[in-house]
Amino acid sequence: MSYILLIISAIFVNNIVLAQFLGICPFLGVSKRVSTSLGMAGAVTFVMVIATIVTWMVQTYILVPFNITFLQTISFILIIAALVQMVEIVLKKVSPPLYQALGVFLPLITTNCTILGIAVMTISNGYNIVEGVVFSFATALGYGLAIVTFAGIREQMDLMNTPKGLKGAPISLITAGIMAMAFMGFAGMV
Amino acid sequence: MNQWKNFTKGLIKENPVFVLLLGMCPTLGVTSSAINGLGMGLATTFVLIMANLAVSLIKDFIPDKVRIPSYIVVIAAFVTVVEMVMQAYTPALFDSLGIFIPLIVVNCILLGRAEAFASKNGPVASMIDGAGMGLGFALALTLLGSVREFLGAGTFFGLRVYPGEYGILIFVLAPGAFIVLGYLIAIVNKLKKA
Repeated sequence: MSYILLIISAIFVNNIVLAQFLGICPFLGVSKRVSTSLGMAGAVTFVMVIATIVTWMVQTYILVPFNITFLQTISFILIIAALVQMVEIVLKKVSPPLYQALGVFLPLITTNCTILGIAVMTISNGYNIVEGVVFSFATALGYGLAIVTFAGIREQMDLMNTPKGLKGAPISLITAGIMAMAFMGFAGMV
Repeated sequence: MNQWKNFTKGLIKENPVFVLLLGMCPTLGVTSSAINGLGMGLATTFVLIMANLAVSLIKDFIPDKVRIPSYIVVIAAFVTVVEMVMQAYTPALFDSLGIFIPLIVVNCILLGRAEAFASKNGPVASMIDGAGMGLGFALALTLLGSVREFLGAGTFFGLRVYPGEYGILIFVLAPGAFIVLGYLIAIVNKLKKA
C-alpha cells in the first residue's frame, strides 16, 4: 500500500517538473515534437533508475562508513557522468535498436538535474533500496508524462497565431504554468 | 573600458536567465520570495567567480579530452564549500533553498561559462566575467522573486505592502513561477527590440 502511495505521489502530486522544478532545461528544450520527447523520457527513466541504485550503494557502503558524506555532491555527479558514458557504450554493443532510439539523448542527461536531484532526495528522504527504485521509476514516469503532454500541446501551438512578443520561450512557459495549475488539482490526494 | 563591457554584458545584454535561458531550474524553484532569489543568486555568483578563476588557471594543464569532467569536479568542489558555509551561517536560507544548493553543480550557466569563457581567457577577465554573469543571474532571480512575493503574499523583501488576504496565492505556488517568468521574458524581448 505504501508503495502505491509513493508511486502516485511521485507521478502526480509531486510531479518532478511541474511541482518541483527539476529538469526544466530539457523540458523546454527537447519538447518540440512528441517523438523526441518520448525518446528523452525513455532515456531519463533508464538512467535515473540505474543512477539511483548506484548512488544509494555508494552512499550506504562507502560514504557513510568512512564518514565522508560531505563528498556526496562531488562523488554523485562523477558517478552519474561516468554512468551515462557506460550506459551509452553498453547499449551500443548490446542493443543497437535501443541505442538508436535513446542515443542522442544520453549525453544531454549528465546535466539534467533530475538525475542528481532524485539521487540526493532518495538519500535525504531515508528510503531503502527498494523504495529508492520505486521512487525513481515513478518520478521518471511523471517526468515522461509531463514532457510528452507538453510536447503535444506545443505541436498544436505551432499552428496558432501567437502575439509577437510572446513567441518562443514566453508562451511555452505560460503554457507550462497552466499545466502546473492542472497538476495542482492532484494536491491533497496522498 | 573593455573589462567594464565584459562585466556589464552579463547584467543585461547576455543575461543568463532572460536572454540565454540558462539555469531555469533554480530560477523557477527558489524564487517564491525575493530573499530566497537573492540568496540563491549570490551563492551561484560566488561559485561562478571561483570556478571561472580556477578553470582559467588550470586550463593549460588539462588535456582536451577530459576537460568537461575536470570542470565539473572543480565546480562541485566550490559548491560543496558554499553548501557547508551556508549550513553553518545561514541555516534558515539553507533549509528553504533545500535541494537546489547541491544542484548548483548541474546549473548549465557554470559549465557554460567555464567552457565558453574561462577556458579561453586569463584569470582576471574570467573572474570579471563570472561576477557579471553571476550578478545578472542574481538580478533576474531577485526580480522574479520580488514580483511573485509582491503579487502572491503582498510583501516586498518581507515588508508588508498590502494586507496578505488580498494576495493571489497562485503566484507563490508552482504555476505562478512559470507564468511570471514567461511574461518577464516577453517584456525583455520587447525592450530589446525597441
